[in-house]
Amino acid sequence: MKCQRILAAIVFAVLGIAVSAAPSRAADDTIKIGYVDPLSGPFAATGSNFLKVFSYVLGIVNAEGGPLGGKKYELVTFDSKLQPAEALIALKSITDQNLPFVMHCVGSNVGSAMVDAVSKHNARNPDNRVIYLNCGALATELTNEQCDFWQFRFTANVDQRAVARIKTLPKSVTSVYVMNQDYLFGQSVQKATVKYLAQYRPDIKVVADELVPFGKVQDFSPYVAKIKASGAQSLVTSNYDRDLNLLLKAGNDAGLDIRYDVYLAHQPGGPTSIGAAGDNRLTSVMEFNDNVPAAENNEAAQKFVDGFRAKADFNFIPLDYLTMFRMLTAAINKAGSTDALKVALALEGMKMTDLMGDENIMRAEDHQLLSPLREAVFTKSAKLDAEHTGLGWKEEAKLTAADLTLPTTCKMKRPTQ
Amino acid sequence: MDVFIISLLNGLVYGMLLFMLASGLTLIFSMMGVLNFAHASIYMLGAYLAFETSRWVGFWPALIVAPALCGLLGAAIEVWGLRRVHRNGHIAELLFTFGLVFIIGRSVQMGWGMLPEPYRVPALLDFPLFTLYGLQFPAYRAFMLLVSAGMLGAIWLLLKRTRIGLIIQAALTHPDMVASLGHNVPRVFTIVFAGGCLLAGLAGVIGGNYQSTEPGMADAMGPIVFVVVVFGGLGSLAGCFIASIIMGMVSTFAVVIDASVADALRPFGIALRADDLLGEILTVPVARIGALLPLLMMVLILLFRPRGLMGTRDT
Repeated sequence: MKCQRILAAIVFAVLGIAVSAAPSRAADDTIKIGYVDPLSGPFAATGSNFLKVFSYVLGIVNAEGGPLGGKKYELVTFDSKLQPAEALIALKSITDQNLPFVMHCVGSNVGSAMVDAVSKHNARNPDNRVIYLNCGALATELTNEQCDFWQFRFTANVDQRAVARIKTLPKSVTSVYVMNQDYLFGQSVQKATVKYLAQYRPDIKVVADELVPFGKVQDFSPYVAKIKASGAQSLVTSNYDRDLNLLLKAGNDAGLDIRYDVYLAHQPGGPTSIGAAGDNRLTSVMEFNDNVPAAENNEAAQKFVDGFRAKADFNFIPLDYLTMFRMLTAAINKAGSTDALKVALALEGMKMTDLMGDENIMRAEDHQLLSPLREAVFTKSAKLDAEHTGLGWKEEAKLTAADLTLPTTCKMKRPTQ
Repeated sequence: MDVFIISLLNGLVYGMLLFMLASGLTLIFSMMGVLNFAHASIYMLGAYLAFETSRWVGFWPALIVAPALCGLLGAAIEVWGLRRVHRNGHIAELLFTFGLVFIIGRSVQMGWGMLPEPYRVPALLDFPLFTLYGLQFPAYRAFMLLVSAGMLGAIWLLLKRTRIGLIIQAALTHPDMVASLGHNVPRVFTIVFAGGCLLAGLAGVIGGNYQSTEPGMADAMGPIVFVVVVFGGLGSLAGCFIASIIMGMVSTFAVVIDASVADALRPFGIALRADDLLGEILTVPVARIGALLPLLMMVLILLFRPRGLMGTRDT
């Protein structure tokens, strides 16, 4: 009995010391950003790849000299498991630690919950406000009905991508099979695709408009059979990660012979899944790829790409992430601190030229970044390949920020102080 | 027509994979009364072990090594775990296997990481077997059918034509009588549990490259395997087989049905709208609620025939 008591005392003492050890406060020379994305579950690959991308981007941005006299950006990662509930727990942790920014890229369902939660938190805790840097929740609703002063979307939204996708569909395509994931993002793409097809390509017939369960389908062969039976010339889908990779794989296994004019095949895993069978049959709409600097004669960008290729197996796609951090740096410098209200006011309406020399604008009306998009075809004749497949992305068309400036229905409530 | 035949074949492949998993679970459940929650986790472990083996040695040895390892693990779980926990009753056994789910799941995550592993179809089997209506049927799926059918035949042979099979069948319904006749019933239990885990491991070997090999595999397969076991009925392998095929077909065919339940009811004069009771589910195309259907079928059979299709033992 006495032994047990001594043991218990020792255990509690150790626990007490561990708990009372001061949690590392934001060290004076770092700006911490709470990064919430799926690191486990069906979409773990996307989260883990984005970590590699951010590690590279932050390496460059920090080397350029961070804001406020050279403070370095540091990511504090949280696993969202692509569940809004988990992401909100992460947000609570982020605000508990007084981190000034929360960043999130994957899943409009999470993004929607995040916008709402950040808005409420900031309203209730004006002394501990946080800015939501949206780097990938694409549903247009987030800057339309759900627009919020504290959210800044640094990537082209669904409507912008749909316009880019529809305008760059080949003239030879007259029938399409539309497939999307059954959640907020997929449904947003579904609406936008149908709307802009009617507007820009009324000659195209939509043979089918399908929603597939999100992240659950293991075997796409039944869908491939349906696609084949429909006789469509092109599959237009916004599926990503496993939902796209397994679809492409099933299409290959079945010898499905159609065009893939998709939204997100450039993300890691896509090129590997379609492989050599995708030569000149697959096109995708992306911000950037490894062959863009050579195509547009930009040496600084070429160095950037070479640096990334030395570190990762996949193409560098999200140029807007570099733009995001450069804009953030400029805004923090203008605000003179990381205070959320000051930084937000500095970010609104900011103009900046990205690495490729194109003008990007953070529109004040809805906090949507207006930036260029490029459409590229997956082909053997591209110079730099993707994921060691021997095939790479070759730019076919470019839409500038001006081309992609679309109207918004945002009625933003602005904070009073 | 072409979609129908392709879906029939794909449904058969999926159904046979389910049968491989569910048969082991049914045998264990019938004989020992233990609902082995960790069965899908052993399936996942089988896939990962096969991936590792095929990386170092090759796919063909993996077909033997991985199920054998899973069988050994099953025997170990039974002898050192379940047998001791059995004294404390059914609930304790359930909790024990439930705890195993977490242990195995975490071990896999720690051992191999969170990302899916590139467990590929062996090059020898990676070709289209035949072309039907312009779509190719991969040879690997035919191989899967072969392995599942072979396994089905082997189990049938074992249970109906060998002495040990006779003892197992007897112990299924009259364990005390079998024990008093002098047979080592605990050893029979261990053999059955190990055999069930071996089957799960084998299912993992061939299922791991048909689906994706990742830590979420167990959670993806687990529910539908239980549905099959409940639907088919306890104590009946034939019922399990029929239920697996039915569930495989339902899951596969649901995808190709673009009509909604409301469309089916319209000729009877029932017009449903999205805001009626249950209207939201009944007015979407069946393809969108396909994942729900097996679970719905399980609920219905529990309501109207709790014994299952061909169950010989009450739950």
